[in-house]
Formats: sequence, structure tokens, C-alpha cells
Amino acid sequence: MPTFEAYEGQTPTWCPGCGNFQILSSLKKALVELGIEPWEVLLVSGIGQSGKLPHYMKCHTFNGLHGRTLPVATAAKLANHSLHVIAVAGDGDCYGEGGNHFLHAIRRNPNITLLVHNNQIYGLTKGQASPTSARGTRSKAQPFGAVSEPMNPLALAVSQDCSFVARGFSGDQEYLKELMKAAITHKGFALLDILQPCVSFNKINTFKWYRDRVYRLEEDYDPSNRLKAFEKALEWGERIPNGIFYKNNRETLEELIPVIREQPLVRQKFSVEEVKRELEKFY
Amino acid sequence: MSRIRGGHNFYQIRYSDRRVTASKDSVDILVALDLNTIEIHRKNLGEEGIIIYDSESIKKTFESPEFIDVPFKKIALDVGKNRVMENTVATGAVLGMLGTGLDALEEILRTAFKKKGEEVIEKNIACAHAGYDYAREHCPGCEKSGLSEPQDRKLMLINGLQAIGLGALMSGCKFYSAYPMTPSTGVMNFLASKAEEYGIIVEQAEDEVAAINMAIGASFAGVRAMTGTSGGGFALMVEGLSLAGMTETPIVIAEVQRPGPATGLPTRTEQADLLFILYSGHGEFPRVIFEPGSPKQAFYLTNRAFEIAEKYQVPVFIQSDQYLGDSQWTFEDFDPEKLLYNDYRLREKDLKGVEEYRRHALSETGISLLAVPGEAGKHLVVTDSDEHDEEGHIIEDAETRIEMVRKRLLKKMPLIRKEIEAPLLYGAPSPKVVLVGHGSTYGVMKEVVDLFSGEQEIAMLHFSQVYPLPERDRFDYIELLEKADLAICIENNATGQFAKLIRAETGFGFVHLVSRYDGRPFTVENLKEELHAYI
Repeated sequence: MPTFEAYEGQTPTWCPGCGNFQILSSLKKALVELGIEPWEVLLVSGIGQSGKLPHYMKCHTFNGLHGRTLPVATAAKLANHSLHVIAVAGDGDCYGEGGNHFLHAIRRNPNITLLVHNNQIYGLTKGQASPTSARGTRSKAQPFGAVSEPMNPLALAVSQDCSFVARGFSGDQEYLKELMKAAITHKGFALLDILQPCVSFNKINTFKWYRDRVYRLEEDYDPSNRLKAFEKALEWGERIPNGIFYKNNRETLEELIPVIREQPLVRQKFSVEEVKRELEKFY
Repeated sequence: MSRIRGGHNFYQIRYSDRRVTASKDSVDILVALDLNTIEIHRKNLGEEGIIIYDSESIKKTFESPEFIDVPFKKIALDVGKNRVMENTVATGAVLGMLGTGLDALEEILRTAFKKKGEEVIEKNIACAHAGYDYAREHCPGCEKSGLSEPQDRKLMLINGLQAIGLGALMSGCKFYSAYPMTPSTGVMNFLASKAEEYGIIVEQAEDEVAAINMAIGASFAGVRAMTGTSGGGFALMVEGLSLAGMTETPIVIAEVQRPGPATGLPTRTEQADLLFILYSGHGEFPRVIFEPGSPKQAFYLTNRAFEIAEKYQVPVFIQSDQYLGDSQWTFEDFDPEKLLYNDYRLREKDLKGVEEYRRHALSETGISLLAVPGEAGKHLVVTDSDEHDEEGHIIEDAETRIEMVRKRLLKKMPLIRKEIEAPLLYGAPSPKVVLVGHGSTYGVMKEVVDLFSGEQEIAMLHFSQVYPLPERDRFDYIELLEKADLAICIENNATGQFAKLIRAETGFGFVHLVSRYDGRPFTVENLKEELHAYI
């Protein structure tokens, strides 16, 4: 059985008090509780403070480019679907730079998990507005305040029939861990948007701001109802729901590709001898 | 061309009883299915050229002696009961003019219409015969075509894109991701058609950024992976190229050029992306560029691209262009025995004795062990687009940075260079005149060398492995150029990009450049004409 210590990586360089610490800890606990060993997990991250997370753990890691987590993660899953593939991204990373990949990952529905560290600000580049920043967010780059409407990733995901749509909060670690376990075990593309404070640059959405608003979805909430889920996804402001908003049983990308039905692509043998007959077709 | 059913389209076939390797401008038989064809191509008709057309279809009659009026439509309707068989009539007519038999055409019709059933096959064959007989009767001068009897032995017929796809398939490529882009799409189509039979995943990406990142992700996860595009798509891929360089992830990229800038001439040809590919991607990392001159070279070089990519864990390019990509050539054979297949990826059994696996471990050669994540026992595979340590974790310190640049780039590149083969010298062994070129100009240069060889000590120096340039210890090609009276660099671009590369790498400067940048390939007549200015 895996242990928490087995997942212990390097010492994080995040700011003291950063929500990332709780996300990291919840992820390790979730994997341990699910009995998943470090060599069974591939973490794919992008660039941003979230992108550093895999270095503070121990498992297979591909820390790629800003915004490009999902294409790498999708293809890695296609090449070896026996791996648990978890993409880790930030709000700028996934909803800005990688927005197109996000849309198309929902469409493809690979059986991977997407964790989005959503602190509504750019941390790594020191405080510019992100795609999820509230209108009016002032920064060095937005002297008149952010003028664009913030993106609603959950509503977008539900509208595109994303296989699993959930939101967590770094300040509610126990629930976050449970949501992570649900996302990892869900068969299909699972989005878990994680609200977290940025203690250095986001002076609006502070730890207290979130704690005053965030609540867990009611016990009797039915995540199979897409219209209700869309309605819930629009709820934002005085009260912010957390939990599993929506899930369905769509067939996964891997299930729809016949060539990997028997075994993962990576285990399929090749020899020139077996393809030689192709030459004859050109005569 | 991107014209699907509207507009003007044409197809040129050149045949001979000796090997032909290039296109010609002059046309001997022009088959015109519409009036537009006559108007556009009549000027290319050779001295004894003939135009066959159907005056009824195009509602115009030409009295001039080079025209032969063949009632394609009437024959198709009378014999085949369907106008759609006009082109079968025309094909039969051409064979009638050439005086060959119809056996081969019959066989082709049987194969092509197999799914449509016996009736369609028989009607097409009857149409071919009717066209054939009509032409024999109405083109009395045609027997002098000079075509020798067809030979029994069959030849391969393959274009550049199929050859790249076939090369990838036969090199164990298991994953191909791309966004459709003319003229590169044929590679994706070919591999997709083989996906089920040979267990290949072909993924159509949402854009080229995703395409290259997918190829990298699949390769990292343990399978041979490739992507393909044209110039504009590759412009989107350069960020990913740099990622492959930093993470030492093997990938093969087919860049099938078309004329730019921007959308350019999407269905035409040019060799203007060489320096773009050479310098693409931020930062410094190794890369290899192959640029085949024929479908046969494309087949073997694609195989070599996989071998080099996997062995050295670097990105390797198959650079081609629309002309080579879409041109079908005949060959005796491709030899599968010459293909290389070495699996450099390590699994649990290969890693016995390795106590602590480090993805980017330093070594004499700069090459680290390439383990397959999840298949390597408990060993963890870690890599990073940030500068990283031997394990693959992010670092900032100067010492590690220096070691990693040495490992990744400075140690590997000289070893890779040793594997690059010398350019092909064709013609006079100690030539006074040397035609230098790369990639798809191979065929036309070769024919022009043959044309001039009676009167000149002339040779062609053709590079199909263009970067890194081959070492000069086995064959000093620069000395050959220096000793020649005349060295001319021939390129399908406006600025002489290969000449610049030669100068940058060797110091040898070409005085004479022959450039063609109208979006068309060099033809035998046109290159010969260009060279008359010099010889």
C-alpha cells in the first residue's frame, strides 16, 4: 500500500499561506487513500505556480509548457491508458493560454483528471488579471480594472456535456480530498476547479472571502441533471457552491479507439516483418 | 489544388522507357475534358503534340491539324449508357494513340470498380475499347509514338507523402497527431488508413499547437510518435519543438512546404522554409533536418529520422514540399532489409541493476536512458520544460545549467553529425561544373546533368541530409566545389537559403544562384534554359 511519505517530494517554494499547500496535501492523501502507487500516476503540469506541484510530489511527471497540459496528458493516456493521468493547471494556464485545448478535451473525453488551481489572478508573473478575475480587478496591467467578464469554467464545461464537473476549495481540505478521489475514479474527463486564495496578489478573493461564501452542495443534489447543474454553475457571489455539479457516463476516448481495446499502445510489439506486405500494395 | 469539383484542375503524366525523374513543360498529348484546358495548356503543346477533345461537349470545333475530335460523350452514352464514363473513353483513346494494348487498363478498371459490381466494370471496359478503336482509326500518325512494348514486370507507383507515411509505418510509428493542412495531409490520411490493421493511433488535433504537444506526450509515454504540417502550421508548432528539445523527447516532424508567407499559394510548391525550420524554436537545442529528393529517399529517410530521433532523443524533420509530396514516381522496389529498427526505450527488464533511475542522467555521450513511465517497475520518469537536474526536477543554479546544455546539445550534436551521410555526387567524378541542390530538385538536376554531360564535365551534388551538414573527412564536398570552374546553387526559393546554410557552416560562398519562386517546380526545359546563361 502506498504511504503519504512515498509521495513526499522537494520543499515547495510557494509563498507561505498559499492555497497550493492544501491542494498538494489533499492530492497526496487522495492518492494514498485510493491505493494508487507513485509509479502508477503521471502528473502533467503546465506553467504557473500550479505547474510546480509535481516537483513537490513523487510520481511520473511531465511539466510542459504554459497552457499545453491537456494535449500532452491526452496523448500520454492514449499511449498508456493503464496510467492514472492527472493534469494540473492554473486559471491562466488552462482557461487562457490553453482555452482551446480545454474545450476539445471536454469533447474528446479522455479518462483523465484535470485539477485547475483557480486563484483568479496571475501569481507567477506577479499579479495581472486572469480569465477568472472579477470585473474591475485592478493591477499593474489593468490600470482601469479588468474590463472583461470573468469566464465561468463550470458553466462552460456543463454546457459542453463534460463528463465530470466539480468545484472544490483549498480551505476545505477534507472535502477537496473527497472531490479529488471522485474525480480520479470517475471514468471520463473530470474537471475539478479548485478555488484558492493568492496571498500575495489577490487582495479581493482572500481566504476569508472564500470561507464566507463557499458551501457544500446539498446531500440530495442530483448531479445527473444537466439543466440543474447549469443553473448551479451560474451561482456565484454571496454564495458559492462546492461539490460535484454534474457527471455522466459518456464513453471515453480510449474506449472508442479499437486498436487499444486489447492492451495499451505502449505494450504492442512491432517488427518490420509484420508490415512488409504493405510494400506490395504499391505495385 | 484545393478545387474540389469546380475550377480548373490538371494532372501531368510523363513516361519513358528510361527512368524519368522530373516534369517537363512541353506536352505531347493534351486530353481536354473542357474548353478551359485547351485555352490554358495549348501554349505548352510540343512540336508534334496532339490535343484530343470532344467538340460536342465543349461546343466548339478546332480545325487546326493538331486537334483530334473524339466524341467522348457520345461514346460514353452509347456504350456505357452513362456520361460519367467519358474519362474512361478518353483514357482508352490515349492508349489507342500510343499503340499499346488495353490489358493493363482493363486490370485497373477491374480493381478500381470492384465494389461497384460487374456491370460497371464491363461497361467501363467497353468504353475504353470504343475510345481505343476510335483513336486508332482517326489518328493515323499516332503509331510513331515510340513507346516500346510494355514489360511484364510491374513497378511500384508511389508519391512523396505516401512514401513518408509508409516509412513511418515501417519504422514502428504508433502515434500520429496533426491538423489537416495542404499539402501535408496525405501523410495523415495514409497512416489513418493503416491504423486499424497495424495498431496506430491517428489523432486529428484542434490545432497544430496541440498536434505537436500530443506527439510529445505520446512519445514521453513510450511510443514512437510523429506529427506533420506545412509552413503555417509549423509556425504554431515551434513552441512545442523547443519543448521536445528541452525534455529530450524523440519526435519526427514532417514539414511539407508550400509557398508563403501567410497563406501563400496553398496548393503550389516552394523550398522556402529551410532556414525557418533550421532556426525555429526558442533557445539552443539539437535538431536534424532531412530533405528527400524522391519518394524512395523519403521512405528511407523517414526511417532514418525515427532511428536518429529515438537514439539521440531529439526532434528530427522530414522536410518536403508540395511537388515531391504529390508527385507519383515509379520504382523497381523498396528494400525492407535496409530499414533500421532499434528499440531504445527501456522497460523493467532492461533496467535491472539500475538502482536509481534518472531521466536526464549525465553521460559521456549526453544520451540518458529512456525509460517508459509505468512500464519500468517502480522507477519514476520525470521531465520538465524548465531547466532541470538529472532527475528531471526544476533548478535555477548555473552549474547544473551548464552541465545540461553540454549534455543536451554540445555532446550530442557532434555524435549526430557523424551519422549524417555525404551528399550524392552524380555525373563527372571531377566536375568543372557542379549543380548543387537539396530536396525535391534532385530529379530535375539529375536529368539536366544527363542532358549536358555530352558537352560538359558536369555533376550534381545533391543534399538530402541537410542539417547538420555531413562531415568532410569522408568526402570533401567543399573542396570539390572550390576546384570546379562553376558551382551553381539551385533552389525553389527567392533568396538561396541552402546557399546561405552552406556559407554559414563551411564558409563557401556561391557566386551563382538559380532561383525559382513562382510556386512551380523546376522543369527540365526551364532549368536547362536557366543554365544556358552560364554554360
